[in-house]
Amino acid sequence: MGLTEFFGAVFNLDHVGKYIHWGFIQLSVSNAILIALMIVTFISALLLPFPGKRNRKEGK
Amino acid sequence: MTTEIDRQWTTRLRKTVVEKLPPEKLLPDTQPAYVASWIYVFGVTTLAALGIVIATGCVLAMKGPLWWHLSSTGHFVNSLHLWSVEIFFFAMVIHLWGKYFMAAWRGGRQLTWVTGVVLFLTSIGAGFTGYVSQTNYDSQWISTQAKDGINATGGGAFFNVLNLGQMLMWHIVLLPLAAVALTAVHVIYVRIKGVVPPFEEEK
Repeated sequence: MGLTEFFGAVFNLDHVGKYIHWGFIQLSVSNAILIALMIVTFISALLLPFPGKRNRKEGK
Repeated sequence: MTTEIDRQWTTRLRKTVVEKLPPEKLLPDTQPAYVASWIYVFGVTTLAALGIVIATGCVLAMKGPLWWHLSSTGHFVNSLHLWSVEIFFFAMVIHLWGKYFMAAWRGGRQLTWVTGVVLFLTSIGAGFTGYVSQTNYDSQWISTQAKDGINATGGGAFFNVLNLGQMLMWHIVLLPLAAVALTAVHVIYVRIKGVVPPFEEEK
């Protein structure tokens, strides 16, 4: 199985898009995943230690 | 006593620019200690993604629609263009959240904030005109849906989303020029005023 077939099987996009319906809000699943990833990245950026921070503490 | 040379607009402009933005401020060697945090990397990530967007866009412009629709290399460069746009918006929104919660307009940085907001809106326009310039069924669908929205605002009289030539020109000339110019101004303001300090550093 080539890489194309492998990724094609994992990320099969050859179908009608899936949507989340929440009251008047309609959101595609792909957009919802993307927003969730952005929130996770944002929180991780606040919490994860930055490499080499200790050495820079005195620096300006 | 001011001489004629001192009164020249070129002399006055040079003096103002050098005074406001000396070379060591334009390209500093170090940054304040508080910048050593992941939350500060998203602005430059957006900038890097914009560079890839422009570079791949130039290749697409040179080769044209048949190439990006029909050849493997064309598909690849088209995908690079799309995915760098995805990273561009992803990073820009996190940059926006970070700066919002830092109240990054503090300390006379209003114009940094405002140019960022206008840049965000310009980028949405650039993204939208890109989607309707693909020359495929997707772009036809998006433009026929969007025309009703644009017409409802009254904007359809001068911004016709069904006019491929007009949308392509907005996408590859007007909006990129505006985006690059605004990015330059935004970054220059960051250099002049410096990166906004955390609340506790300001006290």
